Amino acid sequence: EVAESVFDFLHMEMVNYVQQSTPAGASHKDEVVYKLERIGFQTGQATIERCTKDVHRFKDQLDVIKFLCKEFWTLAYGKQIDNLRTNHRGVYVLQDNRFRVFANISNSKQFLENAAPYAAFACGMLRGALANLGIVSVVTADLGQTLPSYNQRVSRAK
Amino acid sequence: MSRQLRVPDVKRINSELFTLTYGSLVAQLIKDFEDDEEVNKQLEKMGYNIGIRLIEEFLARTNTGKCQDLKETAEVISKVGFKMFLGITPTVTGWDAEGREFSLMFDENPLTEFVELPESHKQLRYSNILCGVLRGALQMIHMKVETEFVRDTLRGDDATEMRIRLLEILQDQAPPGED
Repeated sequence: EVAESVFDFLHMEMVNYVQQSTPAGASHKDEVVYKLERIGFQTGQATIERCTKDVHRFKDQLDVIKFLCKEFWTLAYGKQIDNLRTNHRGVYVLQDNRFRVFANISNSKQFLENAAPYAAFACGMLRGALANLGIVSVVTADLGQTLPSYNQRVSRAK
Repeated sequence: MSRQLRVPDVKRINSELFTLTYGSLVAQLIKDFEDDEEVNKQLEKMGYNIGIRLIEEFLARTNTGKCQDLKETAEVISKVGFKMFLGITPTVTGWDAEGREFSLMFDENPLTEFVELPESHKQLRYSNILCGVLRGALQMIHMKVETEFVRDTLRGDDATEMRIRLLEILQDQAPPGED
């Protein structure tokens, strides 16, 4: 086991690297998020493989999502997802009221915009985990409120 | 050594996630740079940036006072630093006559848990980030060092060894920025 802070340091530096290695300017903003999402995707894919090796086959899609909210999120961020909502047609909203990555970011509106890259890795991880469990999805972060609360919208691609 | 080395309690997470995250990051760097030497350099740089922050957490949590000499520093790095952050205790060995150089031998390394290097990346120093972390952290406590992985089991050597060389003790000055 490693210290939680080590992962946080690595994550912070990863965001820093991607930002530095991408040309500045508004047109490249998406590129930063995209790249971090992809690193997350790979990590999620590998991680879910290891944490489902002794788990029973999932009943249905909701079962998969619940597993991600409980086991997977705890493994990654030390706590369960606080709230899960769904419209029963393939859209899920996962809410974490105290997302660890955001815990160190000031919660004024001013920094909301800068927080986006910090959520990209987590989005990618979820998407990677889902992909490996056979669910092709789109995962987006909803930062429309005060940090460190955090919503993730998972929708299944048809 | 008379001092008691105490490892503070910190919140811990599963090391697999950390290992796999690092793996994805290295994969991304290889994609970005395509050249092993450049990747090594970049990893070291990232480690440096981590090191200059990590030392603060280390000092805040451990209550370590000043070390008398490099021998004591080496013990603290291995038995407190590595133990606290990565849960491992590399062996300190290989001192030179003047006591300004030593090696850390890694029996285990959480970074390389599931890793095998393909033939095409034999020049890659996969764990190079650790060199940077040590350089950055020691720089912040006024020690300018040179760090290098001289052997690595990933590259087919019989052991993993990091060499640390003290270059100079820095005088008081403004702290350096990020690389």
